[in-house]
Amino acid sequence: MKGLKRSFLFIPGNNPGMVQTADLFDADVIIFDLEDAVAQSEKDSARNLIIQAFTTYKYKNCETMVRINAVETEDFELDIEAVCRFELDYILLPKATVEDIIVLDKKLEMMNSSTEIFAIIESAIALETAFDIAKASKRVKGLLLGGEDLTADLGVVRTKEGLEIQYARNRVAVVCKALGILAIDTPYTDVVDEMFLVQDSEEGKRFGMMAKASISPRHIETIHSVYAPSSKEVIYAYRVLCAMKQAKKKGFGVFSLDGKMIDSPIVKRAERIYQLAKKMGLKVSGVEYDA
Amino acid sequence: MMRKIPKHIEGYGEVREFSGVFSDMNVKKLTQVHVKPKCPGERKIFLSIKEFFDKFPPFDGMTLSFHHHLRNGDSVINLVFSVLERYDVKDICLVSSSFFPVHEPMVKWIESQKVVKIYTNYMSGPVAKCVSSGKLKYPVIMQTHGGRARAIESGEVKIDVAFIAAPSCDEYGNMNGVYGKSACGVLGYAHVDADYANHVVAITDNLVPYPNTSIEIFQHKIDSVIVVESIGNPKGIVSGTTQITKDPLGLKIAKMAAKVIEYSGYLKEGFSFQTGAGGTSLAVAKEVKKLMISKNITGSFASGGITGYMVEMLKEGLFKTLFDVQCFDLDAIQSVKENPRHQAMSASLYGNPHCKGAIVNNLDVVILGATEVDINFNVNVTTASNGMIMGGSGGHSDTAAGAKLTIIVTNLVKARLPIVKEMVTTITTPGESVDVVVTERGIAVNPKHVDLIEILKSEGLSLYTIEELKEMAYSITGVPSEISFENKIIGVVEYRDGSVIDVIYPMKG
Amino acid sequence: MKIIKSSSSGSLESNDLLVFVSPNSGVKIEIDSIVKLQFEKSIYETILKVLEEFEVKDVCIKIEDKGALDFAIFARVKTALLRAGEEK
Repeated sequence: MKGLKRSFLFIPGNNPGMVQTADLFDADVIIFDLEDAVAQSEKDSARNLIIQAFTTYKYKNCETMVRINAVETEDFELDIEAVCRFELDYILLPKATVEDIIVLDKKLEMMNSSTEIFAIIESAIALETAFDIAKASKRVKGLLLGGEDLTADLGVVRTKEGLEIQYARNRVAVVCKALGILAIDTPYTDVVDEMFLVQDSEEGKRFGMMAKASISPRHIETIHSVYAPSSKEVIYAYRVLCAMKQAKKKGFGVFSLDGKMIDSPIVKRAERIYQLAKKMGLKVSGVEYDA
Repeated sequence: MMRKIPKHIEGYGEVREFSGVFSDMNVKKLTQVHVKPKCPGERKIFLSIKEFFDKFPPFDGMTLSFHHHLRNGDSVINLVFSVLERYDVKDICLVSSSFFPVHEPMVKWIESQKVVKIYTNYMSGPVAKCVSSGKLKYPVIMQTHGGRARAIESGEVKIDVAFIAAPSCDEYGNMNGVYGKSACGVLGYAHVDADYANHVVAITDNLVPYPNTSIEIFQHKIDSVIVVESIGNPKGIVSGTTQITKDPLGLKIAKMAAKVIEYSGYLKEGFSFQTGAGGTSLAVAKEVKKLMISKNITGSFASGGITGYMVEMLKEGLFKTLFDVQCFDLDAIQSVKENPRHQAMSASLYGNPHCKGAIVNNLDVVILGATEVDINFNVNVTTASNGMIMGGSGGHSDTAAGAKLTIIVTNLVKARLPIVKEMVTTITTPGESVDVVVTERGIAVNPKHVDLIEILKSEGLSLYTIEELKEMAYSITGVPSEISFENKIIGVVEYRDGSVIDVIYPMKG
Repeated sequence: MKIIKSSSSGSLESNDLLVFVSPNSGVKIEIDSIVKLQFEKSIYETILKVLEEFEVKDVCIKIEDKGALDFAIFARVKTALLRAGEEK
C-alpha cells in the first residue's frame, strides 16, 4: 500500500474533459472506468484515450486505477494489454470470482506486470466467497463493495437508507480486516439529491469500511471528512516523522521505528497523514503541529 | 502599458490615455440640463411612439439613450426604431447601457449607417458581431457602469432623448420597476438618463392611476409618458432562479476563493461583499456564507446585481443591507419591493469614480470573472480571444477599483484556450486593481501584496506567480499562435474615468 | 497501415473532437476547430504524428474539434485509423 486511501473517484474513461482534469478533485485514488461508463462500441476508443492520457499526464498527487472489463468479456484481454503499456498502480476487476482473480493474476504475471488488484464484490456468490477472492492472489489489496449490482442480483430494492446492504458492508469489512486489506464502500449514486451522502458515508464507516468509492467529484470532500485519519494513524505518522528528523540529525540515511525499517513509502504516507491532520486541525494528544 | 493607442481616433476624437486607477481625481463639474417647465394641467401622455415623434420630430445626429434592465427580454429599443423607420433620419447615436441578442433588428440600422455611433457597457449577440466586423461607422465606445454615469453627468455624453422602460408608471411619469407584467426590479442604470437627458420619456405597458407609489424615479424628471402594448418579454427579463454551478471545477475554484477571503483578514464583523450572478461566483457566495455562519459574522452589506441567493443571506441576517443596482431574478424583485434593508441604487451611486464616493469604495471583497487574464493581472471581459466583442466591463472595472480585495475566479484552461496568458486581447480592467486570480490549478496574488502572499502560503494554499500559472496553462494547451488583427479601430475601451485603456481591432479575414 | 474503409471516432462534446477517416490517395487533412486561429498548426502536427506512427500514406482525415488537447486528438485519430485500417 502506497498512499493514504479514503476516496476512490470513478472517471468515465472515454471523456477527454474528465480524463484531463481527473487529478484536480483531491481524490486519493482515481479510477478510470473502461467498464460501465463506456458504451460497448467505444471500448477501443476509451482504451486509446487512457493510454494517451497516461503517456501525457503523470497524475502526481494521487494514485491511479483502471476498472477493466470483466474476465468473461472479449474486452478483458485488450484492456490488460492496454493498461500494461503505462505505469498504473492498480487494476479494478468487476464481477470478480475466485477463478477470475486467478486468470487476471496469471495474465499479469505473463505480462511481467507488478500492478496490484482490487476486486469488486457485486454478486451473492462473490460476497459469500469474498475471503477466497481476496486470497486468490497476493496482488489483491482490497475489495470494493458494488451495492447496485449486488442488490440487483439479490432481487431487492436499493434504498438511500441502505438496510439491504448492511450485511454486505459488514461482511466485506470483516473479510478485509481479517486479511489486512482495504475495504471500500459502495459509491453514493444519487448526483442530484445529495442529502443522504453524509449519512451513507458514515454508515459504511460504522460497519468497518475504510474508504469509499465515488461517482462524483463533488462527493470527495464529504468522504474525506468522514474518513479522516484516526488518532492512531496520526500518532504513528508523527512518530515516523520525528524518527526521521532524529536520523537526519545524526546523518543516517535509513532508520527504523519499533524495530521496523522505515522506507520511503512509509515516510510519504506519514507525511501525508500528518499534513492532512494538520490541515483538518485534528487534535491528537502527544502530536504537535509545526507552524 | 504596451498598447498601441493613437492620440486621435476618427469618430472618437482626442484620446486621453489611461494612466492609473485614481490618476484623475481633480474637482469635477456636472453638466447643465435643459428643462422645459410644465404648467398645471399640461399633459405628458402619448398613446403611441409615433404620436410622440410627430410632436417631437426625430432629427439627424440625435442621441438616444436606453437602459438594459429588461435584458434579453427588452422590446423598447426595437419598438422605437421600428417607428423611426417611417422618418428620414440619419447619423443617430445610441447610448444604451447594454445590448443583448434580442436587439438583432439594430443590425440593419448599423449596416445602413443610419446608426453611426454607439456607447455601451456590454454587448452580446448579433449587434456585437456586427460591430466586431467593422460595420459601425465610428468605433463603439465601451464604458463601465460607473463610467457611463460619469460621462453623462459630466456632459461628455449628451443625450437628446432618453427612453426609460418603466414596468409601472403613472400619467405624470412616476415610475418603478417592481410591478407590472414586465417587472424587472430596480432601475439603477436609468437614473442618470432621467437626470441629464434633454428630453426624458417614460415608456410603459402598465399605466396605473396617479400617484404610482412606491416611486423610484419621480415625475419632476419626466417630460413625456408613452403607453405601448408591451415593453418586454418576461421570459427574457429575469431568470427563474439563478443556479449555483454544479461543475466540479467551478466548485473547486469557489472553495479556493473562499479560503483566500477567509485568510485575507477581511472576513470579520461588518464585512462587505459583491459577487456576480455567474454559477462560480454564486458558489463563492455559498462558501462565504458557510464561513460567516461558522464564525458568527454579520456583514454590513452586499452590492451589485442582486440574485435570490443574496436575498436569502439578507433574510438570514448575514448581511444588514443589500445595495441593488439591478435585479437578476424574481426573488430579488420581491425582496426590493418589501424589504427596506434592500436598497435600490443608481449606477452613479454604485460606481461613478467622479462622484463624492461610490458604494464600490466601501467594498471589502469583490468576486469577478474573466475571459482572459495576463501576466500583468490585466483582465479582459470585453472580447473573445479572436477579438470578437462578447461582453464588456459592466461593473467589473468599477468594483475592482473600489474593493479592498478583488478576486478573479476563472478556469485556467477552457476548451484548450489558456485563460491566463502573456497578454490579454483587450484590457477591460487594469491589473493595478486586481489582487488575486484563483484557478482550478492554483492561485496567483498580485506581487504588490507581499503580506497576503505570506499569509496564504502559510495557510497552505497552492500559490504560484502569475507567470507560473501562465506557463502551466501553456503546458496544457500548447502556446497559442499570434492572431493578426486589421488596422482599423472598431472599438474604444474607456476606463471608468473616461481615459482610454485599450482599443479593439477586428481580426483579419 | 492501409485505410480500406470509412470510419469515425470521438464526439462533439467540449474538449473532444469528431474524426472522420476515409480511403484516399495521398494524405488529405481538413481541420475545423473552435481554436483553429490559435492551434491549427499544432493540431495538424499531432495528426501527422499519428499517421507516421501507423505508417499511413493514403488517407483523408476530417476533424471537427471542440477544443480537445493533443492527447485526445492523438487518441481519437488513432482510434479512427485503426477502425478503418486493414487487419494485419
